Amino acid sequence: MNKPLVFLVWGVVAALGAVAVGTVALHRGEPINALWLVVAAACCYSLGYRFYSGFIAKKILALDGLRATPAERLENGRDFLVTNKWVVFGHHFAAIAGPGPLVGPVLAAQFGYLPGTMWVLAGAVFAGCVQDFVILLFSVRRDGKSLTEMAKDEIGRVGGFVAYVAVISILIILLGVAALIVVNALKASPWGTFTIAMTMPIAVLMGIYLRRIRPGKVLEVSALGFVLVLAAIWGGQYVSQHDALARAFTFSAPALAILIMVYGFAASALPVWLLLAPRDYLSTFVKLGTIALLAVGIVVLHPTLHMPALTRFVDGTGPVFAGKIFPFAFITIACGAISGFHALISSGTTPKLIARETQTRMVGYGAMMAESAVAVMAIIAACVMQPGIYFAINSPAGVVGQAPATAAATISSWGFPVTAADMQALAHAVGEQTLYNRTGGAPAFAVGMAHIFSHSLGGETLMALWYHFAIMFEALFILTILDAGTRVARFMVQDALGHIYKPLGRTSWYPSILATSALIVGAWGYFLWQGVKDPLGGINSLWPLFGISNQLLATVALCVATTIIIKMHRAKYAAVTLVPLMWLVAVTFTASWHKMFDSDPRVGFLSQARVLAAGPASGATARLIFNNRLDAAVTGVLVVMVTLVLAESLRQWFGILSGAREARMKESPFVRTRFAEERG
Amino acid sequence: MKRLFNHVLTAAKNACGILLATLREIFDEAAYARFLNRAGMVSSSESYAAFRQEFEEAKMRRPKCC
Repeated sequence: MNKPLVFLVWGVVAALGAVAVGTVALHRGEPINALWLVVAAACCYSLGYRFYSGFIAKKILALDGLRATPAERLENGRDFLVTNKWVVFGHHFAAIAGPGPLVGPVLAAQFGYLPGTMWVLAGAVFAGCVQDFVILLFSVRRDGKSLTEMAKDEIGRVGGFVAYVAVISILIILLGVAALIVVNALKASPWGTFTIAMTMPIAVLMGIYLRRIRPGKVLEVSALGFVLVLAAIWGGQYVSQHDALARAFTFSAPALAILIMVYGFAASALPVWLLLAPRDYLSTFVKLGTIALLAVGIVVLHPTLHMPALTRFVDGTGPVFAGKIFPFAFITIACGAISGFHALISSGTTPKLIARETQTRMVGYGAMMAESAVAVMAIIAACVMQPGIYFAINSPAGVVGQAPATAAATISSWGFPVTAADMQALAHAVGEQTLYNRTGGAPAFAVGMAHIFSHSLGGETLMALWYHFAIMFEALFILTILDAGTRVARFMVQDALGHIYKPLGRTSWYPSILATSALIVGAWGYFLWQGVKDPLGGINSLWPLFGISNQLLATVALCVATTIIIKMHRAKYAAVTLVPLMWLVAVTFTASWHKMFDSDPRVGFLSQARVLAAGPASGATARLIFNNRLDAAVTGVLVVMVTLVLAESLRQWFGILSGAREARMKESPFVRTRFAEERG
Repeated sequence: MKRLFNHVLTAAKNACGILLATLREIFDEAAYARFLNRAGMVSSSESYAAFRQEFEEAKMRRPKCC
């Protein structure tokens, strides 16, 4: 394409993006169409990818198409494998896309659609995509080393240790929160519980088919499993209408919590995961299909957003979670904007598959853009609902009251009208007994998704089926993360314990498997139980804790990235990782301070403990006081550790920049790629 | 017009091929094919069981994001 035309095309994209972002940011009063968000996102991502990632690739990282990657040099047909760039992109996206970009934006919608949208767009383009891209490239240049190893090599032993502890902490808090989301979605829901229960025998059938009938035909069996799951969703409505069956599949939150803990332990410690493994494929199949379907649904329906741009809850009095827009909007949405967890994937499987260095831009930066687009879809799904309904679903009973009329009156008094009859009609339409107090984001997302699907595919009569499809999709997805996450954490603990007592490190030694599985399940189960018993719904305490720990890991990843950039003698460009790092330090440290010491008992753990201690004493109160103090201690420990990494990194940077320290990197030596020779 | 149609058809075929290859990689079908190739085996219940045994622990160590 000739130059003037290129200028014209990018000029049009920039102008369109400016108009769309301006409309999203400045429009007040009347509701706006969701397509403005879609256009704003598409333009921001296009410009960010073309210009910002291009600048990073050329000026800072100096991507070298002639340098052989570990996939080529160490190819073994298993971990290290030269792979088509689009295949790596799909693989990487499937690994980074979890429930986070769906749940976080739904919860943050209590501030209105504007804060979440702006943070998702700016956070992804300037921070999240950059982090994923640079960590992927640095791992590629270090034989596919993990973030923990790179932190140890480039920053020092403290960096490696903190990265390890941060990963374990995030896994445990994440698993506790994820389990709580499933509990809140399935409690008192025989239809949803039946559907999820049915995925177990379906997985076993898939396993038998895979092993005995058509070995290795995973795509085929996943499609078959998907049809069976759809049949289970269809059948769920009859279960919910049948007295005895409905009773059998109706569980309270504590009962579901216990069942999920038993499931997590069994999936980690017993060989049942061999049978449940096909469910992992089924979950991925449903996840990718649903995200694609949701994108189509939004474009076809182009719904109106009923949530205002900004709500009154920016002042920190929100019912979904307490805390002001800064810093809480920015830790509530992690995965759609920047997530430290992605650095683990970017320094895990993906760098071992990259064929050429130049492809890290598309895979690292590009896949994170796709993840961010999923977060934009979640914002749209949450904001298409009437705000009164959104708040009725997401507000805990401890804030709005237990009785439907009281809850509706409280929410209406905030300026978001809703009636008990509206809520009853909606619950009836989606085949539930009630939709009040369903904290956690998943049910609200399911209602939004059902609204979009039923208005674009199938009409109102299918609302209940779409709702339960969405619930099944989220619960299946989260349960898969629960069993996989428990095993990953178990392996990590076993690896560490193996340094103390060798047999504990053997992943086949049963006493070690049982002990470490119990340890991990006990740890996340504790957070889950705490959430189930919390009068404020659990999400209020646990989701910020998860957001803080996830973004503290991103802080570690950006410390590693900045250190390497300085060691590469590119200090003048270090701002690309340093500015996001400074922003994250400001956000996470402020949020941590508020969560520990804020005088509002709905925000600060310690002030809530003080308020409880001043009230009547009981066993339950004593537990709540302990839980709040524990949450404060966990937050404090994480902050102290990340402060140590920051201090160690600063010492490195000043040493190198002042000439007192040698800039020694641990990169693999340059080897010319054979692909260059093949092409002549 | 015919040239354009052929061009579009080829592009669509390529896109479908890449999509299928991506799905085969995500769903470990490609890994199984490589395993069979490396081990000099043909697809059967036994070879699939051997593949899962070799592959499972490595797969289970991979974190999945939130």
